[in-house]
Amino acid sequence: MAIGLTHYLVVAAILFTLGVLGIFINRKNVIVIMMSIELILLAVNINLVAFSTHLNDITGQVFALLVLTVAAAEAAIGLAILVVYFRNRGTIAVDDINMMKG
Amino acid sequence: MSAVAAFFYLFSAVAVASAFMVVVSRNPVYSVLFLILAFVNAAGLFLLMGAEFLAMILVVVYVGAVAVLFLFVVMMLDVDFSELRQGFINYLPVGAMVGIALLVEIVLVVGTWTISPDLIRAPAPGAATAAAISNTEAIGQVLYTRYIYFFQAAGLILLVAMIGAIVLTLRERPGVKRQDIGAQVARTKATAMEVRKVASGAGLEG
Repeated sequence: MAIGLTHYLVVAAILFTLGVLGIFINRKNVIVIMMSIELILLAVNINLVAFSTHLNDITGQVFALLVLTVAAAEAAIGLAILVVYFRNRGTIAVDDINMMKG
Repeated sequence: MSAVAAFFYLFSAVAVASAFMVVVSRNPVYSVLFLILAFVNAAGLFLLMGAEFLAMILVVVYVGAVAVLFLFVVMMLDVDFSELRQGFINYLPVGAMVGIALLVEIVLVVGTWTISPDLIRAPAPGAATAAAISNTEAIGQVLYTRYIYFFQAAGLILLVAMIGAIVLTLRERPGVKRQDIGAQVARTKATAMEVRKVASGAGLEG
């Protein structure tokens, strides 16, 4: 059986679902939530590249490059915020992030 | 089964399994390591699809930078991770239900949907030269010409992220002596020296 577009889309869908599942079941741990977001972005990238190669259109790969850039920037900023938050509060539990409730 | 199919199933099985371990792993350090494994296998999938440049970028950027950043932060923060896992079992049914519903929806949408054959482009101008130009070259040809503003915007995003991360984490510690070059240069003879009359036989006080 030849490996076609659908195979890659199914893998990406499973990875995306696992990322969403990770956000739901690790509600207290910000670090694992951020890793789940990375998984979701990876699934999006697999979709973009699969369509790009299937349609013979290089634009999808250029766009995947932007998604990669945004994911890296998001990880850097998110982890910086996490470090500052830990320095101020001594914990990273999501439940405790309520200082700006007003 | 052809080699391509075998490698596809190998890469995707390991990627999905390690993604699952990222989510359910007890220790965040293991989560990061499984995340690295998932990224490497996704790079393998990219290679199978023929996107060699993105596969290499994925390994360099994710495994080399992002995953190491995660590992660094996980190990730097002194957090009791077992405490953060409380409620894991409580959230599991809701999470599993949402996940299964989402997966079923995505598979239903993807499964019942076909691509118009008009959308599929000819392999390249001159089909015989399609293999002559590598994937990296093809990306380079459009990235710096057609998508130059796009490329600049990506660079700008990275610049903003870099400045933001530095501004967020830089801190002035009180009680640390630092060299203040401005104050050193601004010293004059009047502020630096004092002439005193010392009586013979008596020392200076203070």
